[in-house]
Amino acid sequence: MKNVLIIADKEIKTYFTSPIAYLLMAIFGLIFGYFMFSATAFFVMRSMEMQMQGGSQPMNVNDFVIGPLLGNASVVGLFLIPMISMRLFAEEKRQGTMELLMTSPVRDYEIVLGKWLGAMFMYICVIGISLLNVAILFAYGKPDWHPIAAGYLGLILQGGCLLAIGTFISTTTRNQIIAGGATFAVCLLLWVLDWVSSYEQAAWAKVVAYCSVLTHFEPFSKGVIDSKDVIFYLTMIFLGLFLTARSMESLRWRS
Amino acid sequence: MIKVEGLTKRYARNVAVDNISFEVGKGEIVGFLGPNGAGKTTTMRILTCFLPPTTGKASVAGFDTLEQPMEVKKRIGYLPENPPVYPEMEVREYLTFVGKLKGLTSKDVPGRVEEAMKRCAILDVKSKLIGKLSKGYRQRVGLAQAILHNPDVLILDEPTSGLDPKQIIEARELIASLAGDHTIILSTHILTEIEQSCDKVIIIDKGKLKATDSVANLKKLLHGTEVHVEIQTPAPSAEIRQTLEQIPGVSRVVLSNAADERHYFEVESLESQNVRAEIARAVVHAGWNLNELRPKGASLEDVFLQLTASEQKTSVETVSQ
Repeated sequence: MKNVLIIADKEIKTYFTSPIAYLLMAIFGLIFGYFMFSATAFFVMRSMEMQMQGGSQPMNVNDFVIGPLLGNASVVGLFLIPMISMRLFAEEKRQGTMELLMTSPVRDYEIVLGKWLGAMFMYICVIGISLLNVAILFAYGKPDWHPIAAGYLGLILQGGCLLAIGTFISTTTRNQIIAGGATFAVCLLLWVLDWVSSYEQAAWAKVVAYCSVLTHFEPFSKGVIDSKDVIFYLTMIFLGLFLTARSMESLRWRS
Repeated sequence: MIKVEGLTKRYARNVAVDNISFEVGKGEIVGFLGPNGAGKTTTMRILTCFLPPTTGKASVAGFDTLEQPMEVKKRIGYLPENPPVYPEMEVREYLTFVGKLKGLTSKDVPGRVEEAMKRCAILDVKSKLIGKLSKGYRQRVGLAQAILHNPDVLILDEPTSGLDPKQIIEARELIASLAGDHTIILSTHILTEIEQSCDKVIIIDKGKLKATDSVANLKKLLHGTEVHVEIQTPAPSAEIRQTLEQIPGVSRVVLSNAADERHYFEVESLESQNVRAEIARAVVHAGWNLNELRPKGASLEDVFLQLTASEQKTSVETVSQ
């Protein structure tokens, strides 16, 4: 465990000594800010209309602002995750520092876990920027915090799953651009897999749609923590990290 | 300390290391010599548990590299051909990270880092980014990384590449100072380096072991010391030759040329000591003129060239094509 933390600590320092951490946080903050502005503006307009029509029930901030916002955040995360994970192993391979890690008294899975945890910390910092916007909602309204917490848990689990896949892809190449591009393609594919369910009802289509990360995220954004979805994400994280460890081992046999 | 038995590493298309066996005792400095692509780096990578062997066994301090890699890795300091440094880190930060990675306790780390920086003369750049350092400094940071946890065995792949002559001398002195407590294997192209700093030399070529012996023995392997002598006298060559052959220690005298009362000889001797002085005395005693007395260096270079002769020839052919 100590070795995992040493590696994670080094990864986090690497992110924050390079511009990448600040760039990612700035991009996310900007885009999320725009989404937030649009969503609240729309919400205000709709609720004024409702009042004029004599609607008695006030509109729910959770359903109309926070839910869609978290959905959008997960999409933005999809674009940022390749940028976080692409360097994890590709850079080490290019610099030759892989030899240092692999000849140090550290087990392969400790390296994998450490790097993934470092990337997770970076990802959480990025999506954490959105808490500023959420704090504004709390300052001017009375949203329920439970669905928000569930939504953030979903974001973290989804991010963890895609980061694990990105980490695996990063071990297969020494070129960061290739790693990033391939990760982006896989993330996007995993996201739109559920489209098959709209035109096909066969068993295989259900299986394919089930593998979509988006279908498992939707309940979280509505405030529902379903063990089925949690287990899906945890399985994907395990699978991604397992493949990473195997891929690292194959480096020894091939290189 | 290091034991290698029947080690073979086969890749899809070629055999990098072919059935190599050798042993290195505790505290020895061993030079690993061979042309490019001979399998030096591959052998080192197997010893450091970076690569598994296809067949054969390698063990360090009694631990097998395949069975107990963690124990082996704890006892090895490794400097690969390109120093494994992170350009975005500062020197001290990097060494601290490596120290923790090598399993030093957080209490020991600062002291060990300081000492390694002192030994490798990089204290003056400790707060600089490694990416901004020159090749020589980066190489020394790599060396500091290898000796950081005070390992029993040091494996250095071309430790002096990229250093300037002054730094090379410093690096050799550093390596020499590490000998004794540490067992060192270093690879190099530079033959003088082996002659100067190694007790033992292992020559490999195209993955095969060509020779493994002490540096002194290897030099004797080819021929004893050879001396080139030019004598000017009206006396016949045969007489001079007889005189030279009678000098104690001389094993063979060859007349290579004779013209205008000048006689050129190649004199071989068993031992290098004092033969030249004896020759000079004998020539002067006989009343001849000694024009030249020059040792024909039986350097390690000759041994190396002879042992890897087939490789040399093929490379010449490839160039000429």
